[in-house]
Amino acid sequence: MTAPEILTIVKERFGDAVVDAKTEGVLDPFIVVKPETVAEIATFLRDDERMKFDSLMCLSGMDYTGGKLGVVYHLDSIALTHKITLKVQVTVDQPHVASVARVWHCADWHEREAFDLFGIVFDGHPDLRRILLPDDWEGHPLRKDYQVPTFYNGMKVPY
Amino acid sequence: MLTEFGRVLIFLIVGALFVAIGLVTAWLLRPHRPYPSKLSTYECGESPIGDTRIRFNIRFYVVALVFLIFDVEVVFLFPWATVYKGLGWFALIEMAVFLVILLVGYAYAWRNGDLDWDKPSPAVPQYEHGVGVHSSSIQDEIEV
Amino acid sequence: MGLLDQRFENSNVFVTSMDALLNWARLSSLWGMQFGLACCAIEMMATGASHYDFDRFGTFFRGSPRQSDVMIVAGTVTLKMASRVRKLYDQMSEPRYVISMGSCSNCGGPYWEHGYHVLKGVDRVIPVDVYVPGCPPRPEALMEGLMKLQEKVRRESLAKGVKV
Repeated sequence: MTAPEILTIVKERFGDAVVDAKTEGVLDPFIVVKPETVAEIATFLRDDERMKFDSLMCLSGMDYTGGKLGVVYHLDSIALTHKITLKVQVTVDQPHVASVARVWHCADWHEREAFDLFGIVFDGHPDLRRILLPDDWEGHPLRKDYQVPTFYNGMKVPY
Repeated sequence: MLTEFGRVLIFLIVGALFVAIGLVTAWLLRPHRPYPSKLSTYECGESPIGDTRIRFNIRFYVVALVFLIFDVEVVFLFPWATVYKGLGWFALIEMAVFLVILLVGYAYAWRNGDLDWDKPSPAVPQYEHGVGVHSSSIQDEIEV
Repeated sequence: MGLLDQRFENSNVFVTSMDALLNWARLSSLWGMQFGLACCAIEMMATGASHYDFDRFGTFFRGSPRQSDVMIVAGTVTLKMASRVRKLYDQMSEPRYVISMGSCSNCGGPYWEHGYHVLKGVDRVIPVDVYVPGCPPRPEALMEGLMKLQEKVRRESLAKGVKV
């Protein structure tokens, strides 16, 4: 199934949840959806007989400068061998996205990483806490406006 | 001049001295500088969490008990073996009877399940949907 | 109890003889604590394996800090790991030594500029005796580091002023 066909099916099922899309002329065709609808769309994409996206290849956080954050989901179907990318955009003031951890279990730790490094809060996640950095770290390092702290627990951080 | 027991006593004393001299010399020579962080319990670098006393399988006790009984049986075999040469058939049959009685006890313990090890049953996670959903073309060849 | 531990003001023939004996004993059996954190751990394993053998120095790796003399910090020390490194160093018993292996534990290594999570050199949390440069250092370099540590141990003294 090609990307424009996938987009048509998603649009006819979830009309107003699709915000933007680009399926022609790009190496990685993507569909931009609303943050609170991601879990529903993910469940549909995983279970539908024509889609069968049973593998979440990667879930990454993004910082588009200017107070905008986002999440990118790369989906792959092992059964039907097609791929699609989902994107979600949120703001720094309201960084809430529906969690897909119950749809694909690998998203559990991927979402914890996105929370840890970008500060994106996933609603409905079973155990959202920092995964890479220490639990008492302040700030979200991969944001573009992050300042490296001078001291952490008495240890000097910069060189 | 010295009896056999005397020789064993010398042996015991020398053995004890050997160990004692090593330990005392080390105690005198090594530095001793304790402080709280050094004395804390080792837990791979973290602060210790939880109690050191944990529950363990009761089978350890049962196996130790059964071992003790048969170990005592072997202890009885040793002096019999040292004087066996001059005793003849009677000693052999008597020891065989002793062993057979204990063998009956062993068979009882075995049959009763006292020698089995209780394996814990692992909790296998149940997923609603598995990975690798089969398409219709390959479903005929591979069983789900 | 330390009958001889730091009780002598000046050297005399007894002190120098005891020094020679104790230092020889200590340097010939430096038991290392396995502390491979990152890529340098692979080179440390290679040094311990048969081609470049650590065991001929009397060094073999122990799992516990209580049973080891030297801690070879091999790899990047992150800030999350640094408190554990300090605790494990504290749990080693004297006489204890530290070899810092590789750029990351010497000075932060390739992460010195942008690594917000990396401790720039393990000597910010524990006192280091020997620094072995390299990224990663070759096994021969680590062995030279160990031999330098042995020279350092050979120079120690029971007389006051020379700390273990």
